[in-house]
Amino acid sequence: MSLVKAVVRELVGMFVADLGLTLALLAVVAGAAGMIDLLSAPPLAGGVLLTVGTLAVLLLSVRSAAARRAH
Amino acid sequence: MIDWPSAAPAVGAAFLASLVEVVEAFTIVLAVATLRGWRPALSGAAAALGVLAAIVVLLGPLLDRVPLHLLQLVVGVLLLLFGLGWLRKAALRAAGIIPLHDEQAIYERETASLGAVSGTTRVAAANWIAGMAAFKAVLLEGLEVVFIVIAVGAGRGLIWPAGLGALAACALVLCVGAAVHRPLSQVPENTLKFGVGVMLAAFGVFWTGEGLGVDWPGQDFALLGFAALFLAGGLYAVRLARRTRREIAA
Repeated sequence: MSLVKAVVRELVGMFVADLGLTLALLAVVAGAAGMIDLLSAPPLAGGVLLTVGTLAVLLLSVRSAAARRAH
Repeated sequence: MIDWPSAAPAVGAAFLASLVEVVEAFTIVLAVATLRGWRPALSGAAAALGVLAAIVVLLGPLLDRVPLHLLQLVVGVLLLLFGLGWLRKAALRAAGIIPLHDEQAIYERETASLGAVSGTTRVAAANWIAGMAAFKAVLLEGLEVVFIVIAVGAGRGLIWPAGLGALAACALVLCVGAAVHRPLSQVPENTLKFGVGVMLAAFGVFWTGEGLGVDWPGQDFALLGFAALFLAGGLYAVRLARRTRREIAA
């Protein structure tokens, strides 16, 4: 049973290293998808939003983790 | 016929990611072998490899039934979550915010833990517990390897070349490990993790975009552009983390 728990924990941990990072990334993907599908924007514009948004999420997440741990 | 120049990013990502994971699994297997001998260590590792092979054999045909755009989108999002998680952690470690992964310390901790168990338990039971430790280590680290191989290979039918990249990493670690017979603590684990995070994040944006219907300029060559972008972003993240810590400390 502990092995199953460990496997589940490992699988969840692979994709949820940090809950804030995961939620923010999912929001960026949803934003890019909405821009393409709902607003009928050119797909490449959605791609640019996805790329820039992902980079921004990385920087904000690292900055917030550094600030949290420095306190 | 495999187009190796096109397959190179997938093979490289699978090789480097597997190198990180196999080094971690090897540390535990070596600790088991040192305390209880190679039999329980290799039995546990072989059983875990069997389970991992079964997962690949079962998942492979299922993936063929998933529509390509949906597969690219799901795999792309999972790669983004996984790759950015690694890149974030590697950046924080490089900035000294969180401690580096220490294979020697893990080896000593595992040896102490197994030593305590074998001291109070009969030989057969101690061997079983040691074998299970090897099984668990290889299974858990191997799950990440399986995901990476499937994720970087599935969108373009490159699962086998990516699998070869992972196998090459296993062979390299086993050869070096057998030669030095101690934990591979000299492997620049964080640098590798940083590089793999960059590559997986690049694949993640590429596949997610394709899944959403984006026709990236330059087709597959766009991957190189994304890798350069995430490399620059990751390096800037390290500087940002250091600066943030300094500002708060001041």
